[in-house]
Amino acid sequence: MRAPIATAIAIAVGLIVLLGYFIPLPILQNIREILLGWAVTLAGVAALVGIINLIITHWRRVSATKNRDLYSALLILSFLLTVAAGVALGPSNAQFQHVVTSIQVPIEGSLMAVLAISLAYASLRLFQKRKGLVAIVFVISALLFLLVTSGLLAAGSSNPILAGVLTAINQLPVAGARGILLGIALGGLATGLRILMGADRPFSG
Amino acid sequence: MISVSGVGFNTIAGLLVVLIGAGAIFLIAVFDRKQSPRPLRPIASFQSLRRAIGLAVEDGKRLHVSIGNANILSPNSASALVGLSTLNRIAQLSMISDRPPIASSGEGSLAILSQDTLRDAYRSGNALEQYDPMRARLAGTTPMAYIAGAIPIIHDESVAGNLLVGSYGSEVALLTDAIDQQNAFSLAASDSLTAQAALYATANETLIGEELFAIPAYLQAGPFYTASLHAQDILRWIVIAVILGGSALKLLGIL
Repeated sequence: MRAPIATAIAIAVGLIVLLGYFIPLPILQNIREILLGWAVTLAGVAALVGIINLIITHWRRVSATKNRDLYSALLILSFLLTVAAGVALGPSNAQFQHVVTSIQVPIEGSLMAVLAISLAYASLRLFQKRKGLVAIVFVISALLFLLVTSGLLAAGSSNPILAGVLTAINQLPVAGARGILLGIALGGLATGLRILMGADRPFSG
Repeated sequence: MISVSGVGFNTIAGLLVVLIGAGAIFLIAVFDRKQSPRPLRPIASFQSLRRAIGLAVEDGKRLHVSIGNANILSPNSASALVGLSTLNRIAQLSMISDRPPIASSGEGSLAILSQDTLRDAYRSGNALEQYDPMRARLAGTTPMAYIAGAIPIIHDESVAGNLLVGSYGSEVALLTDAIDQQNAFSLAASDSLTAQAALYATANETLIGEELFAIPAYLQAGPFYTASLHAQDILRWIVIAVILGGSALKLLGIL
């Protein structure tokens, strides 16, 4: 086994955190809290390292001899301005937050608008990509739930038969989602167990 | 809630599921090492993925592995861990390619882990000189920023195949739309229900639900990956039995 010390530490820490979750022993839970605190701090440092990586990537694109990307220069300039303003005014400063959100919210809003168009176009072209019963069921379900959630059938909800049908239709996605989420939970458990057993290592050590 | 010496029923049940899962993975992996491994059911998406990997290597083009933007400390980090295992295997499979794979992520710790994963893959293949940390990038730190940062990779880096394996929202459809515009292949899997619905409509191949966790096993990453798939099946049958049994007991008025 490569990197046995790193693997042993990872397994030991994983087991302590897992046992601390299940067994209400104060010492185990205290150690678990400390380890999770360290993980949060390390994740913060990792975010900083990731941002440095992002800036280096864009700097390479700006300084490339071929296909120089000016948008990367804009990104670096915006990043430096935001950092300078954040350090000078403080990240919780109302004016600073106002400027940042006034730029970020409209941009993300316009991307959401593009997303709506993209999804509508993709649904129109769905049968080019997918053939078979599942695609037909997918389209019928999408149309049905658009109709149900549009409120067009709300007027008929006083009718006991229609109200019962609407309730049954609304329960369908809940049942389906629970089935998928149970499968995902079991997959997540198996992934975690592989790491605890040292069979899967997302680190090289 | 039923309590046994201060420990809740839910805790005992949870611990039991963990122990059964660990025992099943270990036993199946050991058993499969002695005998020939159990076959996996064929999934068409994985055949397309294998074809796409082969074509990318032949054409001298790149594969892009997107690991999503799950926080490593959050419950949905399991999908990102699968993304990292997938990246490792893709790097190994495409080591002979002129253009090594590129990875993008939307979270700092994932970016570091993806760099480490690529380094590990090249070191295992005795090709550490091919490793470039800039091929595992943080594309953006919010879901939308990540998508905006990942789209140029698809446009500018001669990408022929894309694997989107991780946690996303519906905004991932913008990424698959960009892939479509480049006439590139996409296989997508996510733990998010909204992303799965968006990907079903937009990606070339979509994996639904727990099929996400099968990717490394289908890429022949190792016996433990296959064993964990079979262990998942055992656990699934136990959950089904418990749900049906519980429903029957409730119907009979015992619970």
